[in-house]
Amino acid sequence: MRKLALAALLLFMPAAVLAEEAKDMAKNPVIEKRMIALTSKLRCLVCQNESLAASQAGLAKDLREEVREQMIAGKTDKQITDYLVARYGDFVLYDPPVRSYTLFLWGGPFLFMLGGAGILAYQLRKRRKAVRAPELDAEAQRRAAALLEGKEK
Amino acid sequence: MIPELGHFSLIIALALAITQGVLPIWGATQGNRVLMGLARPVAVGQFLFVGLAFASLAYSFVTSDFSVQYVAENSNSHLPVYYRFAALWGGHEGSILLWTMLLATWTLAVAQFSKHLPQDMVARVLGVMGLISVGFLTFMLLVSDPFQRLLPAPADGRDLNPLLQDPGMVIHPPMLYMGYVGFSVAFSFALSALIGGQLDATWARWSRPWTTVAWVFLTLGIALGSGWAYYEMGWGGWWFWDPVENASFMPWLAGTALIHSLAVTEKRGAFKSWTVLLAIGAFSLSLLGTFLVRSGVLTSVHAFVTDPRRGLFILVFLLVVIGLSLVLYAWRAPKVGLGGSFDLVSRESFLLSNNVLLSAAAATVLLGTLYPLIYQAWTHGARKLSVGPPYFDAVFIPLMVPMIILLGMGPIARWKQISVGEIMRRVRWPAAISIALGVLAPFAMGKWTPMIALGLTLAFWIMTTVVVDLRRRMVRDGKVKGQSRSYYGMQLAHFGVAVFILGVTLVKGYETERDVRMNPEDTVAVAGYTFRFDGVRQVRGPNYTAQQGRLVVLKGDKTVAQLYPEKRDFDSSPMPMTEAAINSGLFRDLYVSLGDPIGDGTGAWAVRVYYKPFVDWIWGGCVLMALGGILALSDRRYRIHIRKKQAGMESPAGNAVPAGDSPALVHRSKAA
Amino acid sequence: MMRYIVPLVVFLALVGLLYTQMESGIDTHLVPSPFIGKPAPAFALPQLLEPSKKFTPADMKGKVWLFNLWASWCESCRDEYPLLLDIAQNQHVTIVGLDYKDKAADAKAWLAQAGDPYALNVTDVEGRIAIDYGITGVPETFVIDKHGVIRYKEVGVLTPDNLKNKILPLVAKLEQET
Repeated sequence: MRKLALAALLLFMPAAVLAEEAKDMAKNPVIEKRMIALTSKLRCLVCQNESLAASQAGLAKDLREEVREQMIAGKTDKQITDYLVARYGDFVLYDPPVRSYTLFLWGGPFLFMLGGAGILAYQLRKRRKAVRAPELDAEAQRRAAALLEGKEK
Repeated sequence: MIPELGHFSLIIALALAITQGVLPIWGATQGNRVLMGLARPVAVGQFLFVGLAFASLAYSFVTSDFSVQYVAENSNSHLPVYYRFAALWGGHEGSILLWTMLLATWTLAVAQFSKHLPQDMVARVLGVMGLISVGFLTFMLLVSDPFQRLLPAPADGRDLNPLLQDPGMVIHPPMLYMGYVGFSVAFSFALSALIGGQLDATWARWSRPWTTVAWVFLTLGIALGSGWAYYEMGWGGWWFWDPVENASFMPWLAGTALIHSLAVTEKRGAFKSWTVLLAIGAFSLSLLGTFLVRSGVLTSVHAFVTDPRRGLFILVFLLVVIGLSLVLYAWRAPKVGLGGSFDLVSRESFLLSNNVLLSAAAATVLLGTLYPLIYQAWTHGARKLSVGPPYFDAVFIPLMVPMIILLGMGPIARWKQISVGEIMRRVRWPAAISIALGVLAPFAMGKWTPMIALGLTLAFWIMTTVVVDLRRRMVRDGKVKGQSRSYYGMQLAHFGVAVFILGVTLVKGYETERDVRMNPEDTVAVAGYTFRFDGVRQVRGPNYTAQQGRLVVLKGDKTVAQLYPEKRDFDSSPMPMTEAAINSGLFRDLYVSLGDPIGDGTGAWAVRVYYKPFVDWIWGGCVLMALGGILALSDRRYRIHIRKKQAGMESPAGNAVPAGDSPALVHRSKAA
Repeated sequence: MMRYIVPLVVFLALVGLLYTQMESGIDTHLVPSPFIGKPAPAFALPQLLEPSKKFTPADMKGKVWLFNLWASWCESCRDEYPLLLDIAQNQHVTIVGLDYKDKAADAKAWLAQAGDPYALNVTDVEGRIAIDYGITGVPETFVIDKHGVIRYKEVGVLTPDNLKNKILPLVAKLEQET
């Protein structure tokens, strides 16, 4: 049976030429690209930790369709996210907006980094004094001077 | 019978763990050699009984004994035998048993490879590990018993979550847990040093190899998990910043900081209190991560509704282990000495600055993971927010850029002191080359974005600084001079970071995809390759039915690959699973996944085709980092002890030769 | 010396947070609706039983009513059905149903077979109105006051507990308002 099918296929080889370049699933690839970029920053509400772009849930499909239609209707990304936030709250945003209640969230990393750097600099200076103080002889002073020079270069 | 044997073994193991946790530590305070000497044999005993329990559960799984509730919930008689075995850690109870098993394994390893250490140190270290084990065993026996019977037994089990039925999932959890649990060794060394008041360079030296081993496992474990997500999720994502991943990433960041901080402490005896805190922190984050994820506090409180005692136990356990160690820290750390001197500009300072950034990164991940909880608690559940990939991507770049810059400069800087001018002289060529290449290369590749240029520059920066430093050290007066393996290991790991960054940058910058509708014989062209769809046929797997597509990939007239993406319907689950088909290459992956049938009667399917340049470099970089760790571990100075032990000349009390003063090291630091 | 206590303090705060989170019993799966206190979104949809007639929320002005999202294909909706029937029989609050992504024939068959607690049903074939109401799953139930403002939302299956302790007292209270 299989051989027969193969033979048939070979026989109708010219038919294979009719095979076409596959069409995009999306009617409008430009909109589709924009839609995916936007929905991958949004959370699927019914699944655990999946983006709206990646989820196969029914609601996610509906929402993607909604986003597509609004994009076709000429809405901006901002208008569309506002539309969704009005319905589902900030929870839908993977990228929480900067507000008073997210200041620590957005500021925290920089606070950690700068605070850590500050503490380290302070500690290093302090311990250098504590460790060095007794042995700050002429040689060390010369080296310190050289170091400062090096810095100024 | 076997499950009861397993249960009973856990009880005996608990009794042994209590003995191991109490008597040797008590003996160490009293100077009682008999009590201290108990630590090793009891640790071996505990290992045997936990092992017996583990083997019992494995037996129940392999023989499909569905009268055991946990087996019935996580296995199925149609499951292939290797998945039946791996299903042991597919759920909550079993993964806690795996944890305990690995903890007992690490304890056994410490008992075996610590012959050269002073007895009171060994007693304390094994004692602390015993106490951790007490917590886990009690947890299992009280609220997470994997041996709970289910009578009458169901005819068949509910099956392992299809997502987990994958070779990657067989080895990923044990690797990851080896890493998590491995940090318990550094933790126990830190606590025992705090208890005994012997917080010195020798402590750092002993902790270092153990920490590196744990870090190697964790690195590989995370890479495996990410690789699994890459081909199992069906659209080629490899990192999602989801709480489960964050839980593994936090201890990795803290552990990476710890490895570097231990170097400073071992070398200079400096920043000991900080290093101890990191050792406590790395393991605490492992514990927090495992528990938060496993118990579901982060994703759902529902897990507790079934058994609220479980959540409470976890919290009390965390409070006791982490809380007590931090109390001990607050009490003992202030009395720690300052250690040797080094200048503001020195390798030490670079290592510590990187420490600051790594710790800030770990704190950031913790903040982002917990912020939704904090916010929800703040508003009494009235409002919620999500923190996801866009947030982490945004805040991680400013943290990573200075870190990579420092990473390039650290190995080039001299220990103790170097002038800024000297550093600048040493890095000017790497800096110039990497910026030039990073900025220009994207033009050659046809697309220039600031992110691609930045990523490439950083990767080239690491590579060039590694090469420059290797050359500077090894080629002297026209002769090649060998370096220590720990030096090669470090450079290899750093090079791995560069490879990783290259992979991330190039795949993010240049991947292309098509989401197309394909009739049989249709073709689609992506990145110079032609994919021809040959239709879909039905295939029967051991416990699923798959729709298997066939795509032939052509480049010109040449067939490059045949890909068989599948859509699997498991007998036990209504959710279809996509199984992507990937043709991997050194410079690109061709990735194909099946969507849904179009359903218009022509046999057409939705097919996603991706071209992912350099994506395997992401995991290749991780493997290089891990290999770097292994290479460093094989260094002479870690083997000295073993050789001494074999020759029967145990080093007296171990701390007689402070690490920083060993001739080889002094020589190297001068040479540097 | 204080700085050595900082890690402990941070950790205790973390434990405190986790403890309150656990004790609060808040289901982290639930997405709190931003609609509480806001007017119910307007729509005009054909009624299930009389498709020629349309219904809009404005029709309910001056009445307290329950707006219940359901579907004949929805298994868990059946769990709350007895409660709905009980409300229809013993309480004088009106229930309007939103038949979500359903086939009209299936829905009618279900109502004929299981009893009809609804004053009327509207059909949302494409699920667009559900999106307007920020719905994440079936079933969900809104309590809407005399001014057409949403005052409460139950996500998932109604429980006798929540009905008795939250919804009915709220309805009684809203009835008193002018």
